[in-house]
Amino acid sequence: MITHFTATAFPAVNQHYLLQARQMQALSFAVHIPLVAFGISFPAMVLFVEWLGHRRRDDLYLTLARRWSKVMVTLFAVGVITGTVLSFEMGLLWPNFTGTFGGVFGLGFTLEGFSFFLEAIFIGIYVYGWRRLSPRAHLMSGIPIVITGVTGSLLVIAVNAWMNHPGGFTLHNGKVADVDPLRALFGNSYLWHELIHMYVAAYIVSGFIVAACYAFCRLRGRWTRYERTALKIPLTIAALAAPTQILVGDWAARDVAEKQPVKLAAIEGLYKTTRGASEHVLGWYSGNQLKGAIAIPHLLSILTDHSWNGTVQGLDSVPANQRPPVNVVHWAFQTMVGIGTLLATVGLVYLAIWIWRRRLPASPLFYCAVVACGPLAAVALIAGWVVTEVGRQPWVVYRVMPTAAAVTGAHGIPVGYGVLASAYVVVAGGLVWVLRRLARTPLDLSVEPPSELKAA
Amino acid sequence: MFLQSLPMVFILAGLALYVVLGGADLGAGFWQLAAARSPDGRRIREFAHRAMAPVWETNHVWLIFILTVLWTSYPKAFGSIASTLAVPLFIALLGILSRGAAYALREGAKTPRESGRIDTIFAVSSILVPFALGTAVGAIATNRVPVGNAAGDMWSSWLNPTSIAIGTLAVATSAYLAAVYLAADAAHDEVRTLERDFRLRALGSGVIVGALAAGAIFVVEGDDHTLFHSLVTGRALPAVIVSALAGFATLALVYQRRYELARYIASLAVCAVVVGWALARWPTILPNLTVHQAAADHDTLVCVVVAVLGGAVILFPALVLLFRLTLSGRFRGGELRVVEPASVALATVNVRRRARLAVASLIAGFGLLNIADATWAHAIGVAGLFAFVILAFSAIVIPAIDEPVDSR
Repeated sequence: MITHFTATAFPAVNQHYLLQARQMQALSFAVHIPLVAFGISFPAMVLFVEWLGHRRRDDLYLTLARRWSKVMVTLFAVGVITGTVLSFEMGLLWPNFTGTFGGVFGLGFTLEGFSFFLEAIFIGIYVYGWRRLSPRAHLMSGIPIVITGVTGSLLVIAVNAWMNHPGGFTLHNGKVADVDPLRALFGNSYLWHELIHMYVAAYIVSGFIVAACYAFCRLRGRWTRYERTALKIPLTIAALAAPTQILVGDWAARDVAEKQPVKLAAIEGLYKTTRGASEHVLGWYSGNQLKGAIAIPHLLSILTDHSWNGTVQGLDSVPANQRPPVNVVHWAFQTMVGIGTLLATVGLVYLAIWIWRRRLPASPLFYCAVVACGPLAAVALIAGWVVTEVGRQPWVVYRVMPTAAAVTGAHGIPVGYGVLASAYVVVAGGLVWVLRRLARTPLDLSVEPPSELKAA
Repeated sequence: MFLQSLPMVFILAGLALYVVLGGADLGAGFWQLAAARSPDGRRIREFAHRAMAPVWETNHVWLIFILTVLWTSYPKAFGSIASTLAVPLFIALLGILSRGAAYALREGAKTPRESGRIDTIFAVSSILVPFALGTAVGAIATNRVPVGNAAGDMWSSWLNPTSIAIGTLAVATSAYLAAVYLAADAAHDEVRTLERDFRLRALGSGVIVGALAAGAIFVVEGDDHTLFHSLVTGRALPAVIVSALAGFATLALVYQRRYELARYIASLAVCAVVVGWALARWPTILPNLTVHQAAADHDTLVCVVVAVLGGAVILFPALVLLFRLTLSGRFRGGELRVVEPASVALATVNVRRRARLAVASLIAGFGLLNIADATWAHAIGVAGLFAFVILAFSAIVIPAIDEPVDSR
């Protein structure tokens, strides 16, 4: 029984809707994470374009930066509320997780609160300061947004890394003791690959999504210097980041193999602990084996252990009730890697044409591919988090607290889930509406009319 | 004991700031809903929006601050509160969600009709949030949240006379604070009609808040006698008196059009209520759970205290900057025209050299991250890959965007 490991602040409760609680949490994450990707990477792109504008004294870049900054603040506003949902859910859905381990991991969120504060303050200053601050002061006010985008994600990922590879405390008779929050959060070797993988992913996602908008313009026949510039900058970043991510991903997989072998086994659908294990592509896991998969001999051992006959731990190393749902994890991983490979290929095509021909690709097919890459990149991002989060199941804190022990005893989870899902549909609809509006509004370079209030 | 109490002091300070700053933000929504569908009403809605748009995200973060310090420093208390009070907290969450969405959507509104509709969503949720959070405070204040995972009653814990009184008071207080602040902003911008409108609203809502507060004390008397006792005779009495006096003083100041001072005295009146609540219950947070018993481990508390004090050193100058820019009216006015002369080319970068360096970084990064096994090698490998992306980006993008300005 897994209760052997359990630590808990409150007595056990009976919750019929654990799966719905998990789905509600997963939905909230899936909505929030693409916005985080923009929060990490988009401010840097906006600032780069603004810097170019001042440097080259060219209004085109300033117009572009200003339009992007409107998109940035809109996405930030939506990110603020979807992030608030997540912080409420820490208590609304998982009070025993927070109640038991809040003292161990909570510091990450306390620090993140400050990071978030500074981000909100400087986004306010940056967005409302266009042409109300000096160009130099305005550019400077954007720098904290870039920094806090990185620190914020660092601190939240530190908590996630702790859940996957917990440390910095001991258990005495089911009670948490000897807490060292700094070691728990920052002395954790699991943090670094997660952070870098997410950071690079953020540039891929926002780079491809922004590029997709302008590739779409090109397909519709709108192709002035403005659209070309607005395509080249994000696409170049994404095209460089996507192949780099394959290398970062290889490193991440080796770390997972070492610290969470059961998650790796679920990723690969590997039942038996094997020497010289093969890498499996595609396939469906049932009856303790992966059926219909393409096997590449020895590749898994080479990738995870850097040796021809390295041993890879299988799902059989733990009892059945400690294994994650294999097909979800396996297919989420296939999706992430498949899309990642596609994105890297599109990126390499773009880079190759630039390096050898010194021009943008001419084929409409290429621009169709870029349009597809935008949403696909977001899908890959979410699939990657599914691998991490579902792959950790049935634990909320790996091998310390089962998710079933963390859940709330309150009634009405399905109602909350339904209401939240409907609210998200409305917010998503509204977001699409406002982004289309922002894209259509002509951004004229002259002064905005003064406030109508003065006239009153 | 001191260390165990200090984070609670931070939480209460955060709560006071959330009520004062976030409350005014929520109250602005109240006046948007109350404004008539006339050109005058539209001006009120527009002004309230412009005054709050640059600061709402920052004001909202105080709530996140309260939550994170609470769950880090007093995890058991947080778990108990969030599970028993799941319903009002979820309602507040939905309100926050709609408010934030309305802020985001308003950027896209073109016609008065569209912005009017969005303002209505915004305003309704602005009333929902303080009411729901107020009922939650009432539940905690009257000892209706026992320790445990959803151990209290899901409905009667927050649907009771005291909770409803505090929820109503929270809505009225928010509206009152917003009216005082907006009158001050309008006076600063010398928009006389709006100043008159908000001054009347501040005076009216101030009287109502006073009456509701007095009424709330009688509700508490019937509902929770020990709380009533400590509010009117016990150690919370000084705070109650300060709040009442500051409330009257604000009314007098608004009447005399001395808005800047009124802004601060009104905030003091509201902060005193938070202090009063804390004094009335100290040192218990929940029934049979004192601040000391609920506190996390020693090292965690030390880290929280250092983090909050250190964070404050960075945060306050930034907050002062934001509020100075906002209160000076700079973000509400028109824009300066910055004359940009014709385009100049960037200093040319040595593309070939950068490209060679980029390839070298890529090879080094690959070797150290993907072939080597040592941790230090991985760290340098990641740095190598980042160097590759940055160098390659600069080698490609700068020549790539270098087109003649008039090319179509």
